[in-house]
This record gives sequence, C-alpha cells and structure tokens, in this order.
Amino acid sequence: MLYLNIIIAGLLTGAVYGLMALGLSVIFGVIRIVNFAHGEMMVVGMYAAYLIAVNTGLDPVAALPLVTAGLFLLGYALQRGLINRYIARPEHEQFLLLLAIATIITASLLMGFGPDARSVPLDYAYDSFQLGPLLLDKVRVLAAVGAVLGVVALWGFFRLTRTGKAIRACADNQVGAQVVGLDIKRLYAVTFGLGAACVGAAGCLMLLLIDVQPYIATDYTLLAFIIVILGGLGSMPGALLGGALVGVTEALSGFAVDPSLKSAFSFALLILVLLVRPQGLLGRA
Amino acid sequence: MRSRRFPIVQRRAAAALALFVAAMLALPFFVNGYIVSVLVVVLFAAYFGQAWNIVTGFAGQLSLGHALYVGLGAYISAALFTHYGVPPWIGMLAGVVIAALVGGIIAALSFRFRVGGVYFALLTIAFAEFTRILFDHFNWVGAASGLFLPVSSLARTDVLLLRGSPVMFYYLLLGLTLGALALCHDLLRRRIGYYWQAIREDEEAAQALGIDVFRYKVAAMALSAAMTSVGGAFLAFYENNLYPDTVFAVGRSIEIITAPIIGGLGTLFGPILGAVVLTTLGEAMTSLSSGFTVNGLKQWCYGAALLLIVALQPAGLWPWLRARLGLGAVRR
Amino acid sequence: MSAPPLLEVCGLAKRFRGLQAVDGVSFAVPKGGIVALIGPNGAGKTTTFNLIAGVFAPDIGRVVLDGTDITGLRADQACRAGIGRTFQVVKPFGALTVLENVMVGAFKATADRTAARHAALAILDRLGLADKAGTVAKSLTLPDRKKLETARALATRPKILLLDEVMSGLRPTEIDAMVRTFADLSREMGLAILLTEHVMRAVMALSHHIVVLHHGQKICEGTPEQVSRDPRVLECYLGSAATAAAGSG
Repeated sequence: MLYLNIIIAGLLTGAVYGLMALGLSVIFGVIRIVNFAHGEMMVVGMYAAYLIAVNTGLDPVAALPLVTAGLFLLGYALQRGLINRYIARPEHEQFLLLLAIATIITASLLMGFGPDARSVPLDYAYDSFQLGPLLLDKVRVLAAVGAVLGVVALWGFFRLTRTGKAIRACADNQVGAQVVGLDIKRLYAVTFGLGAACVGAAGCLMLLLIDVQPYIATDYTLLAFIIVILGGLGSMPGALLGGALVGVTEALSGFAVDPSLKSAFSFALLILVLLVRPQGLLGRA
Repeated sequence: MRSRRFPIVQRRAAAALALFVAAMLALPFFVNGYIVSVLVVVLFAAYFGQAWNIVTGFAGQLSLGHALYVGLGAYISAALFTHYGVPPWIGMLAGVVIAALVGGIIAALSFRFRVGGVYFALLTIAFAEFTRILFDHFNWVGAASGLFLPVSSLARTDVLLLRGSPVMFYYLLLGLTLGALALCHDLLRRRIGYYWQAIREDEEAAQALGIDVFRYKVAAMALSAAMTSVGGAFLAFYENNLYPDTVFAVGRSIEIITAPIIGGLGTLFGPILGAVVLTTLGEAMTSLSSGFTVNGLKQWCYGAALLLIVALQPAGLWPWLRARLGLGAVRR
Repeated sequence: MSAPPLLEVCGLAKRFRGLQAVDGVSFAVPKGGIVALIGPNGAGKTTTFNLIAGVFAPDIGRVVLDGTDITGLRADQACRAGIGRTFQVVKPFGALTVLENVMVGAFKATADRTAARHAALAILDRLGLADKAGTVAKSLTLPDRKKLETARALATRPKILLLDEVMSGLRPTEIDAMVRTFADLSREMGLAILLTEHVMRAVMALSHHIVVLHHGQKICEGTPEQVSRDPRVLECYLGSAATAAAGSG
C-alpha cells in the first residue's frame, strides 16, 4: 500500500515533468535545435510565479496564465531575434549559443534574487486527499491537474488550429512547407514560444512542489532530455509517458534505495534507451 | 601552386612559436606567485581543450561528457597513491588505460547502434553523470566527502611524487601542453588526421573512399579520453582534494569545451588561445568585481562574452588572429 | 570468346517496404569498358549503383568484381576491393583544400604522406585542377567540384569507377569536356567505367554498351545505336503512341 502511494506520488510529479519535457520535445521536434537553456527557462517561470505570489498573494496555479503568456513572449523573442540565425549552423555553435543564453539567464537570476532558495508559503502545503486507501498530497494533485490541462491545451492547439497544423507540417517536411508558402521564421518563433510557455507553466506548477534557486536549472535541462528521449522525440504522449516513468523511478528509488541515487537510475535508463531504442518508446522508427 | 608563399609563412609561424615558448619558459622568473597559479589554470584549460579537440574538432564527434575522463584519471591515480603509495606517474598509466577503454567502449556502443550527433552528445553526458553519482557512493575513494591527498609532503619539491609548488606544476603542465600540441600537429599530418577530418566533413563520402569510419571514430574517442585522463591525474595532485560533484560535474565538461570552441574548434592553437582569453576574462571579472560583491555579475559577463564570440567569430578567435598576424593556416 | 568481365552483376533484387526497386537485374562490364545504365526516373538506376557500391546489401543476387564476390560488403570494404564512386549530389570535404581532398583518397593505397601527396598532385594535374590545389573545396564552382569528386575517387586506384549522374547541372561545353576526359582516362589507364546518366549526349558519346532499366527491370541492352532504335526503349521513354508513330524505324 505504501508502494502504491509512492507510485501515485511519482505519477503526479511525473505529469509536471511531462509538461516540462513536452516543451523541449516540441522545440527539438520542429526546429531541430537542442535547447540547452530549457531548465533555465523553467526556473524563470518559477521565479515569475514566486514574484507574483509574493507581491499579489496570487497562488501559483492562479498565476499560471500570466506566467505562461510571459514565457511565450520570451521564447518568441529569443527565437526570432537571436536563435533563428543559428538554425543551419553546426551543432557546437548552436550549443554554445544556448549555453551563453543559459549562463546569462542564470547569472541574471542570481543577481536579482541571490543564491538562497525561495518558496511560496501555501496554506494547503500539508493537506492531502483521502481516496479510499490512498493518501494524495493536495499540492501534487493540483500540480498534476494543471500539467494535464496544459498538455491537453497544447494538443488541442496542434490538432485544431491552423497555426498548429502549419507547425506540424514544418516538422514533417520543411521544404514542402516553404513551397506551399508557410512563413517558416514566424512558425519557428511560435514553436519556440510554445515550448517556452510549456516549460514556464511547468515551472509555475513546480513551485508548488520544490523550492526555487538559480542553480537547479541544469539538472532540469538534463531531466527534460532524459524524458524526451525515453518517450520519443516528436511524440506528445511520449513526453507524458517518459515523465511518468521518470517520476515513478525517482519516487521508488528515492524510497527503496538511497535518495541521492535516484538520478543514477534515470541516467541508466537513458543509456539503455539510447542504445536499444534510440527513437524512444513511442517515437517513430 | 603557391609554393613560393609557403616557406615565408611557415618560417614566420615557426619564429612566432619559438618566441611564444621562450616567453612561457621565462615567465615564472618575472611574475609573482599569483600570476603563476593563474597560468597553471590556463595551461590546464589549454591541455584539456587540446585533448577534447581531437574527438570533436578533428573527428567531428561532439562529446559533452569529458569530465568523466578527468575524473577517472584523477581518482585512479590519487586513490592508488593515497592507499598504496603508488607513484603518480605509474598511477597515471592505470588511469590512461581505463579511460581509453571506457571512452572506446562508449564510442563503440554508440556508433554500433548508430547513435550520432546530438544523441551521442547526450549519451556522453549521461555516462558522466552516472559515474559521478556512482563515485558519490564509492567509499574507497571517500564518496561524497571527498578524497584527500597527504599534503604534509608538500614542503619539498619532488617531481616523481608530483609534490611541489605551483611553479613546478607550471613547468610540468607547460611540457604536457606543448607535448599535446606536438602530438596533434603530427597527427594532423598523418593519414589518421586526414581520415578524421574527412569523417568530420562527410562521413558517407569518407566511407566511399575506403575509410572504416567506425574504427577511426572509436580511436579518436579513446585517444582523447586517454589524454584527458593524464590531465586529470595532474589535477588531482595539484589540488590535493577531489569531490565527485566537482570533478565529474557537467559544469566541468562545459568548462573543458568552452576554451577550444572560443579559440577555434579543429585548429592547433585554438584551445590555447581560448584558454588564455577565457582565464584572463575570468580573472579580470574577479578583480573588477572585488570592490562590490554582486552575485552573478562575473557569470553574467562570462555569458555575454560567450554570446559575443558566438555571434561575431563563430569559427573561433584563432583563425581571425592568425589571419591578422599573417601566419596563414598550416598547409601541408 | 573474350576475357572474363571485370564487374558482373547477377540477378540483383532489392525491395523497400512494398516497392520492388530493383528486380532481377543482370549485366556485366568488361575490363576497360564503359557501360551506361539508363532509364526513366524511378527505374532503379541509383539503387543498383548503391547495391554495387555497398551502400546497402541486395536481398538476392550477386556482385562479382574481378573474380571476387563483393556482394553485401560495406562501402569502405567495396572501395578497398576496387570500387570507386562519385555521388550524385557532390560531397566535397568542404573545409579541406582540393589537394587534401584528393590525398584522402590517395591514402587508401599508401600510408605515407609524401607518396599520397605526389599521387594526388598527379591526378589533379591530369584533370586540370592542379592550379586550384590550395583552394578550399567549399569555394569551388560546381564543374570543379564534380572534377574534384572524380579525382578523389580516382586517387583510390579503383578497378572500376562508378559515376552517379556526374553530368547533371553542367553546361554542354562542360559536358563535352568531361566526356573527353573520361574517354581519355579509360583508354590510358584501362579503367572500366559504369555510369548512370540522364544526359543522353554524354551517354551516346561515351559508352560502349548501354543497359536500359524500367521499373527495376532490365528491358534492353546493347550498343548505343541498337538501344536508341529499340522499340521497347522508345516506349518507356516516350510512351506507346510515340512508338507507334515512329513506325518500324
């Protein structure tokens, strides 16, 4: 029974991980650029939610739309203004560019907020729901619900709106998309904005679960990559599945083995997947 | 053929190099201890960068997990010395063998399964991180609390046991870096150097010319790993303490690659120039911000400098400098 | 009758997920001979090429080079057995100079830098690229890139040279020059050539023998004169109405 609770907790956290990774999957799947500043953008989302909570008393979940919109604009501007020029350049140049951006973001946050951990005081931080024999943390449930809503919204965007379909066309066949007259630059910018919005939203929700501090960014960039590769690039359900897997693995290994070893299992899983099924569990072969 | 131009350019280049080496040899006599220790940092960065340049700059396989080999070299030689009194020059050999094996296996596994490009880079990060966490729990080397080398012996200078002042390390590392430079220069002139560059430029075309691409990629990785581990051993005996979270960290892997990329990936002097520029920048930031303690300012300027270089001179500073000095590329 | 063929392709077949790209193709290239593989788009020419060169392995069939079975060998192994090939979309080593590009090929025959350099220079001279030896490959024009591609393949001292649509994108004068170069090379070095081509001007002028493919199958082979008059060939290129109109040519 204890194990079941742990697994559920892992699944709930995994939903938020999934949303975060989804942003990366969208960016990599369409633009084919490795966003090494992904974790940093999540941390920006976290600090944004923190600022809103501290100044207006708004709960992070309520601040979600604002933070998401803000991060979308940031991503859009970054891509349009800077990153777009590096699309066709060699990988190490793209890497260096995003590394520079990541460094500047982390440094700016450090300058603005200092190195200490911050968190939002929530009245329901220790509440939990009782569902039969299961004990669910209220914060986790809220975060997971928010994450699932975010994923559904994104899915709806890609399936139902014209821009969404245009972006999917770009991902499938860039030359073909240009031939039919799609504005690739604008679409890429929207895509990056969406990816940033996802990860910003995930950050907002993450603030319910952990404290924020400038240095946690790199770990989450890596985590996002693990999830995306596990689930399969370009697969939205894959990102969720990967998130769930990682969330559960972390929760179980944190409990059954030494908590500090939990990342080791995630990395071992990544190595295994990359070698055995590099397209990921749900990716196209 | 422009054969008339080559001798002049090459004579100039040789003279510049000789001047550079002479200056480096004489430097410790003219500057204080602080500058010498800064120069040691530069040389470490230059050496690691040169080693990494082989697999990524020459052979074109992006490795983002080179801290793994720094750590292996450092921990193996340090542990053997601390527990069994094995002299570092011998412990270093053990490190080289293990690092070459590990690097070779990672490369072989990846390329066998056709993992390339970005995925390969991520795989290298995964292996490094996995090892870091492993060493965090490896009690024989002190786990997360760290491994400490006996420093009581530091009073005297003993090259055989790598005990001594920064000046001693300066000369040792200078020798190591110049040796790496000579090795890379030689490799580039040989068939293996040509094959590596062909693989970097176009793997399919290389394969069609009779090159066993898989073998050469694995060889590049193994050599790069081995060279990096030697630097790691020196690092252990210079700093006298090792923690998995700093030695194997992703941050260190990133540090290793920044100098060669800024200096000029795939060039001979790029890693060295990059190391000089970055360290100078870092030290300048530190001294500038010593008046006011603003957290993160140094890092911000560092990031901005990286951005500037990637935007203005993406091929690196060395090709630009080389053209300005009229040294020309090393044409064979 | 005559000497055994240098390259023998027997019953090659390759299927890609529901499409039979090559279906039982057989032909031979004699020593020093020049054979062209022609056919409309999608006929299976490039796939046949890639099967011989080792890009992928055939499902069934054999490829024999100079008496040795090279079926299913990897591309680098095929090269070491004596296959030299160029690519339809040229693939120069952009950051290297023209000389260095060719030296990469020359290193197959020798590990010594000086020997490789001499061999490379000789080939560049022969192809008229010697004055560009120090130029970086990515700044070359298309015709020069094609010459470089050929020089690089020649440097591996192949027994047979596979030219994949090497004339595409060239102007008529450039095409004629290339045809002359290849004809001379073949004669001087006894080099066998197998080419796939759409440019009929080059095919007619250069080849001794032509093999026509259509829908992955060989429909005809013979001398240029025979093939250009064969009604099956006319039909696959021009359609049956045109063939009927041509009458009994």
